[in-house]
Amino acid sequence: MGLRLSTLNVHYGQTVAVSDVDLEIADGEVLALLGPSGCGKSTLLRAVAGLERAHSGTVQWDGADLADVPVHQRGFGLVFQDGQLFPHRDVAGNVAFGLRMRGADKKAQAERVAELLDLVGLPGYGSRRTTELSGGEQQRVALARALAPRPKLLLLDEPLSALDRALREQLAADLAVLLRRAGATALLVTHDHDEAFALADRIALMRKGKIVQTGTPEEVWHHPADPDIAAFFGRTKTTSAEPVRCPHCGSEVFKSPEPRLHPSLTTPNLPE
Amino acid sequence: MRGTKALLGVGAVVPLLFLVVFFAWPVAAILGLGLSESGVGAVLADPQTWELVAFTLGQAAASTVVALLAGLPVAYLLARCAVRGRALVRLIVTIPFVLPTLVVGMAFRSTFGDGGVVAIVLANAFFNVAVVARTVGGLWANLDRRAEDAARALGASRWRAFTSVTLPALAPAIGSALAVVFLFCATSFGVVLVLGGSEYRTLETEIYLRTVQLLDLPGAAALSLLQLVAVVGALLVGAIARRKRETALALRSRTETARRPEGAEWIVVAAAVIVVVLLLLPVFSLISQSLSTRDGWSLAGYAALAGDAARSTLGVSGLDAALNSLRTAFDATLLAMVLGVLAAVVLSQLRRRRGRLAEAMDMALMLPLGVSAVTVGFGYLVTMDALPGDLRSSPILVPFAQALVVMPLIVRTVLPVLRAIDDRLRQAAATLGASPLRVWREVDLPFVGRSLLAAAGFGYVVALGEFGATSFLVRPDAPTLPVAISRLISRPGELNVQMAYASCVLLMIVTVAAVALIERVRVGTEALGEF
Repeated sequence: MGLRLSTLNVHYGQTVAVSDVDLEIADGEVLALLGPSGCGKSTLLRAVAGLERAHSGTVQWDGADLADVPVHQRGFGLVFQDGQLFPHRDVAGNVAFGLRMRGADKKAQAERVAELLDLVGLPGYGSRRTTELSGGEQQRVALARALAPRPKLLLLDEPLSALDRALREQLAADLAVLLRRAGATALLVTHDHDEAFALADRIALMRKGKIVQTGTPEEVWHHPADPDIAAFFGRTKTTSAEPVRCPHCGSEVFKSPEPRLHPSLTTPNLPE
Repeated sequence: MRGTKALLGVGAVVPLLFLVVFFAWPVAAILGLGLSESGVGAVLADPQTWELVAFTLGQAAASTVVALLAGLPVAYLLARCAVRGRALVRLIVTIPFVLPTLVVGMAFRSTFGDGGVVAIVLANAFFNVAVVARTVGGLWANLDRRAEDAARALGASRWRAFTSVTLPALAPAIGSALAVVFLFCATSFGVVLVLGGSEYRTLETEIYLRTVQLLDLPGAAALSLLQLVAVVGALLVGAIARRKRETALALRSRTETARRPEGAEWIVVAAAVIVVVLLLLPVFSLISQSLSTRDGWSLAGYAALAGDAARSTLGVSGLDAALNSLRTAFDATLLAMVLGVLAAVVLSQLRRRRGRLAEAMDMALMLPLGVSAVTVGFGYLVTMDALPGDLRSSPILVPFAQALVVMPLIVRTVLPVLRAIDDRLRQAAATLGASPLRVWREVDLPFVGRSLLAAAGFGYVVALGEFGATSFLVRPDAPTLPVAISRLISRPGELNVQMAYASCVLLMIVTVAAVALIERVRVGTEALGEF
């Protein structure tokens, strides 16, 4: 079951931001929506969250249409690119926010906050002010805040893009482990294919409001559906215009050199 | 999203309904009353009318220039100089702005003897130095200093860097301040009434004279129309300036931009200090006048105010008038807070969705600042009998009229803060399960809280000093302090004048106390509001 989008269209005035998108995310699956900036992927994510209204088509969760369910009743978690922590609350206050909205009692809140701060690797940070945190720590807190009320679906909007390179790679590896450990169903939006490959079980490539290819990271890397996707992966020079037969499956693909995949993809060993 | 829309709808309807019933309707009624009798053409054809217009605009322009020249050094001092006593300067500069116009008029009369054009211009400027210093200083403090440093590194002198880099960056704030100051000066009532006498009249005082003394309604209505046109023009200029300001400027937090002045910069600091001293002169003159009699220093005025002498002139003791003032202003502030915050919330939400509508509503909310308070007050008398329970004799009308003046201040203070909140913060709260109302309580309110408190304080002192509309609506047996002052100065006799000065000092003390409290509240917060 999980999330299902059917012929979803989202318009901004005259502009069609999302066009006839069909997409499914199974329970426990992490799907990355990958594409250049302006391709409509963030709009798609906002429509799933309930922050944008669909022009036509449906967003369903476990078969139920969400059109009339407002944002705050969808039970989805959202992590922004730059955290967007509440500056007037300390770390614990931020993480507990969703629990408070659901009326959890104080003790349950405190336990869950401690548990989440452990999970994201910031034990004992509860009483710190959010302004004292580094960028990477802020993102971890934002993640803990989104995970605390046990969301049915986690929405990640470029969660690592605001960080510098070294930190990004570190946090990407951590996040991959963390998402599996939490058993989260997640929709990740990113323009960075390294990030997508490191985190996702499945990748949907998006261009000009449409989804142009879906598949596992290996499939989309080895068999980009067209030259534009190959170019998006930075493989313009070696891509021949002539399609060739794929040695694995026999379908027509574009010839590509050896991929440089992220280690966590090639060796998906998750510490339990 | 549907729930949010419904909430927004309700939020928009309440303040707009208030504006329609307690502002648009009375004003329209007065205008209609005037236009229905065919006196308008005659008034417009009368050369005397145009002399009046010329004097009104001329004195407003002169006052605005003086306020700008005096305000800029102070803005520089407040924004860019790391020197001791800045908080005190900020307090002193703010006081004149919130002093009741009548008190300012009296203060200048006690300084200049009998008034005249110079006194009018200086008094209007005195009143508005704070607007320039705060509006321009607010932007200046947050302006990235590195652009200036870059210009200096490229060989520009300090003055050249100021004129070619800083001044253009400040232009939007200066434009916005000029429009507001011009508006205040063109419609200033108490100051001109006290200092101009019958010789120097502006549109505002002429409207008052024609309605109250000459009962020339068509004439008053025609003049009100003229004034309305001028006000809308000034508001448009201000709106355009504001729009420009919202285009990208490199803003920094204010602590980074203040430095210790050096070299020629001390000249500007000295100029600012001179301005501050000049601002204090009328205040001290007022205090000394209230204490001096022909027989030397005495508290006679104060004693008379508290006792039977006041009761025989005013019908109530000075203390009762003061208490009445405090109560009325409290009601007005409460009402204006509710309406103003609602309006600000709606405006901040609307701008993202419908820019035009938001701009129109923004301007509608500012209109009460510019329309003659006298017109509004008189309009109430004409229209309010149509409402159930004949409100005309009800004491409730006074806070209503005052709330009309206070509401724009609340909106202008709260709106910038609301607009500065990243909308994604609200969205984050919503995805975590907060309903739209809860989002407002958990996210917006903590941000707005302090500035709202400051705005309420300002609103309170403005309501306290409101005179134009109040003088029409107040019941004879329950005057507010400003009304009491105007009654006292219109009576002959040294003791009455003495009591008037004493009342002014009382009103000033309350005002200063309130402002000092506000400044305490503001410490530590970024002063994002425009006032």
